[in-house]
Amino acid sequence: MKSAVIVFPGSNCDRDLAVAIETITGTAPVMVWHRDAVLPDGLDLIALPGGFSYGDYLRSGAMSARSPVMQAVIAAAGQGRAVLGVCNGFQVLTEAGLLPGALMRNAGLDFICRDVSLTIENAHTMFTARYAAGSTIRMPVAHHDGNYVADAATLDRLEGEGQVVFRYAESVNGSARNIAGIINDTGNVLGLMPHPERLIEPAQGGTDGRAMFEALHAALG
Amino acid sequence: MKARITITLKPGVLDPQGRAIQNALGGLGFAGVAGARQGKLIELDLADGTSEADIDAMCRQLLANTVIENYRIEIL
Repeated sequence: MKSAVIVFPGSNCDRDLAVAIETITGTAPVMVWHRDAVLPDGLDLIALPGGFSYGDYLRSGAMSARSPVMQAVIAAAGQGRAVLGVCNGFQVLTEAGLLPGALMRNAGLDFICRDVSLTIENAHTMFTARYAAGSTIRMPVAHHDGNYVADAATLDRLEGEGQVVFRYAESVNGSARNIAGIINDTGNVLGLMPHPERLIEPAQGGTDGRAMFEALHAALG
Repeated sequence: MKARITITLKPGVLDPQGRAIQNALGGLGFAGVAGARQGKLIELDLADGTSEADIDAMCRQLLANTVIENYRIEIL
C-alpha cells in the first residue's frame, strides 16, 4: 500500500500517523510538504494529520485547505483515492469542500483532551471494515474546534446514507447529533476528530486504532 | 482603495463564544442582554479599481466559510 502523509506548517501528529501506517502496513508513507503541488504517483492513501496548521488562523484548517498540495488532494479524491483526515485533517477536509459541514469551537469553549467512547455507526467502509458495526471503542480526542455543524437537511442526508461513521457515545463537544466522523458520498474520503493513530501499541494505553489501518491495508493492498 | 469585510455567523448557527460573552455581561451586572453574536472584521488594502466581483470571490474562496458564515462588503 503506497501512502502519503501531508505535512502542513503546524502539523504535530504527522509522525504519529506515519508510524501507525508503517507499523500496520509495513511500508512507510511518503511525507509530502504542503507547498508541493504534485503528489507522488500511484498513491493508495493520502492522510492529513492532526495539529494546528497555520496556528488555526482565520478558521481551523482554512489556510491549509488553500495550500498548493490540496488541489492535488482534491483531484486524487475525485479519482477515488482514499483520503483520511484526522482532527485538524478533518477540519482541512471540510474547509476544502471534500466533506460537508464545518467544525466550530467546542460548545463548552474548553480544549478537550481525553479518551472518549465512540460508536461504530458504519462498518461497511474501507476505513472501518475491521470494526464490528454498533460496537463501542475508546479513542483520545484533543481539540478546541470539534463541534460539528451542518444544516438539518445535510445532517439528515448524512444519517440516511450511512455517512455518519463514528458517533460520540455521550456529548463531548456539542457536535450536531454527536457526530465524531463522517465519510463522503462516494466512500473514499473520511474525516474524524478522534485520533486512531494514538492507539496502535499497548504501550499507548490501548489498540483500538489499529483496526482502521488494518482495514485500509486489507482494502488497498 | 480599502474594503471592509464583516463576517458573521449565519442565523441559527450556535455561537458558543457569543453565548459566553452574553453570560459574562450578565455576570458584570448588565441586565437585559438577550444575545451576543461574535464575528470578524477584515480590512483589505487593495489596488485601485479592484472590482467588487473580485472582492466577492475573495470572500467566497477564503475569508468566509459560507457553510456557516455570511459576509458583507463595504468599499471605504
